[in-house]
Amino acid sequence: MDYLLLQVLNGVQLGLLMFLLAAGLTLTFGIMDLVNLAHGSLYMMGAYIAWMLIGWTDSFVLGALLALPATFLLGVVVEAIVMRRLYVRDHLEQVLATFGLILFFNELVRVIWGPAGKSIAVPAFLNRTVEILPGVPYPAYRFAIIVVGALVAILLAWLVARTRIGMLIRAGASNRRMIGALGVNIELLFTLVFGLGAVFAGLAGLMAAPITSVKIGMGDDILILAFVIIVIGGIGSIKGAFVAAMVVGQIDIVGRAFLPDFLKTFLSASAASSAAPAISQVLIYIVMAGVLVWRPTGLFGQRT
Amino acid sequence: MKTRLFGTATIAALAFGLPAMAQTPIKIGFVSTFSGPQAAIGEDMRRSVELAKEHLGGKMGGVPFEIIYEDDQFKPDVGKQRSEKLVQQDKVNVVAGYIWSNVLLASLKSVTDEGDTILISSNAGPSQIAGELCNKNFFSTSWQNDQTPMAMGQYLQEKGVKSLYLMAGNYAAGKDMLAGVKRTFKGEIKGEDLTKWPDQLDFSAELAKIRAAKPDGIFIFYPGAHGVQFLQQYVQAGLKGLIPLYQVFSIDAITLPQQKELALGTLGAQEWVNDLPNEQNKKYVADFKKKHGVYPSYYGAQSYDSIMLIASAAEALKGDLSNKDKVRAEMKKANFKSLRGGFKYNTNQFPIQNFYIQEAVKDPEGMMTVKTIATAVKDGKDPYYEKCPMK
Repeated sequence: MDYLLLQVLNGVQLGLLMFLLAAGLTLTFGIMDLVNLAHGSLYMMGAYIAWMLIGWTDSFVLGALLALPATFLLGVVVEAIVMRRLYVRDHLEQVLATFGLILFFNELVRVIWGPAGKSIAVPAFLNRTVEILPGVPYPAYRFAIIVVGALVAILLAWLVARTRIGMLIRAGASNRRMIGALGVNIELLFTLVFGLGAVFAGLAGLMAAPITSVKIGMGDDILILAFVIIVIGGIGSIKGAFVAAMVVGQIDIVGRAFLPDFLKTFLSASAASSAAPAISQVLIYIVMAGVLVWRPTGLFGQRT
Repeated sequence: MKTRLFGTATIAALAFGLPAMAQTPIKIGFVSTFSGPQAAIGEDMRRSVELAKEHLGGKMGGVPFEIIYEDDQFKPDVGKQRSEKLVQQDKVNVVAGYIWSNVLLASLKSVTDEGDTILISSNAGPSQIAGELCNKNFFSTSWQNDQTPMAMGQYLQEKGVKSLYLMAGNYAAGKDMLAGVKRTFKGEIKGEDLTKWPDQLDFSAELAKIRAAKPDGIFIFYPGAHGVQFLQQYVQAGLKGLIPLYQVFSIDAITLPQQKELALGTLGAQEWVNDLPNEQNKKYVADFKKKHGVYPSYYGAQSYDSIMLIASAAEALKGDLSNKDKVRAEMKKANFKSLRGGFKYNTNQFPIQNFYIQEAVKDPEGMMTVKTIATAVKDGKDPYYEKCPMK
């Protein structure tokens, strides 16, 4: 039972990280109708910027807090220089241009920080375990990710559901042209939304960094999962991204924690270990396909 | 630069009346990982190769040599492609390097068979090449993958450890490593996880399993960046002090600058340690430390040995590496001063050598390093050489 709880928490932690990444992606995709492959680069830049700032300030918390406005700024600059020109183009051109951005950012990191990977140490006060239940210790840092991730999710839910800007975001997600016609400064809204997405991606990157290390291209693999999540959840829907991220997180953990042992009952250890991640990967896509058959716009999708 | 070398060689050939063939500069290709999270390993190897070049005065058997470095980007397909480029385009005499078993296995045939070029593995030692895939053009200045974990397993067996939980990356080397430890460790295996390689750096699910399985010890194989992450997460999960960690290739001069005190006291096995008491090793470690301010690793030491092995053959053949039969025959003698204190080649051209148990400690200056605490295996042979058709 304790074991099960630990694994569920691991899934939640992973899901929340992916939610942060998917939230920005679903907003830009849903509202601006922009396919941004370079969203993973913002995740990477968040981690690198945090690494640099943590080195300067000698404090994880301070470095991480400073990295957030820095990634917001980066997002705004990228939006102003590149993305703004892409809104009127079709998806194929967006894919090409933002793929170019991935190459640009990977090379930029290589030039500035060198080809070697970096590591961010977990801050000393989190380098221990917390007892989530009596006798069930859980790594404090991962618990902190869950807390921060949950807080951001609540904040975002409040922002989208209860504020004026959230109203505009929702309106933008359902009918972009209409809110433009109603006199909303759509340029500013887009810049803001893109910057917000960049902050969430950066936050996910810097929080994942002590677990997965900081490296060139770290956002590229996880980006594909983020796309799957927004498709399952419904493009443009924050709630959908959250639910889908939780589901994907749990599937991933099941694939690692329970599938290998189950497969070992009738396969060799090596075959079982190779098959389990593959099966859990496939399972994620099966879930996606199933959802799309049942609801073609995703769980909470609005557009038809 | 190249024309100048040729020019010097021609003048030297005329002046000393040597056959012009002997004066062709020797070219060595070196494939390793120079970008991405594992670049620190490649850098350590490059530094050691450059140090070997310096110690040799830039010449082998009186002939200048150049080294062409290629980045495999930690990917088998790129490694194969870079190896082909070295053989076909640069026409190197020898290709050395290779950290990763999967990269080496992908590149092997292109170099040894299609290119008929000698390949020296400076690290990777997949079981396939020690056994049925053994090749007259393949030499190792490292070990066969099973051997290092076999030394660790034997030590744990003798120490009376009752049960282990095994973890490694799911690729050629990881499978060999777990097979190796199981050859000598006869206690109970409480669990075994091969994790997705190299993508998986989050070990939370596996660490939770280990906590539930309650083994006497954990045995891991996670080289480079993966070792850093594993150790951090093992400590964060509160397992340090609860279940001891034993490792191969996961705590070393590459990872210790990041692992720091977390690694203190952890035991591992290795065929080379920086404190091995022979003259050439003392010089290598001292010069390396003076130049770079850090300890070299076994990756570096093995790379240094690779260059010295080529130099020994070039020395015996007066710099003429054109006759490959002669080069292979000379290399097979292993007639050079290895940093591990000398070794002989087995029939499959893997070293017959000692393995030591090492402990992560702080040196008198407060820098993290490893020191030898026991000899686990004397003159160890790998378990596959009898499957190799070469005699």
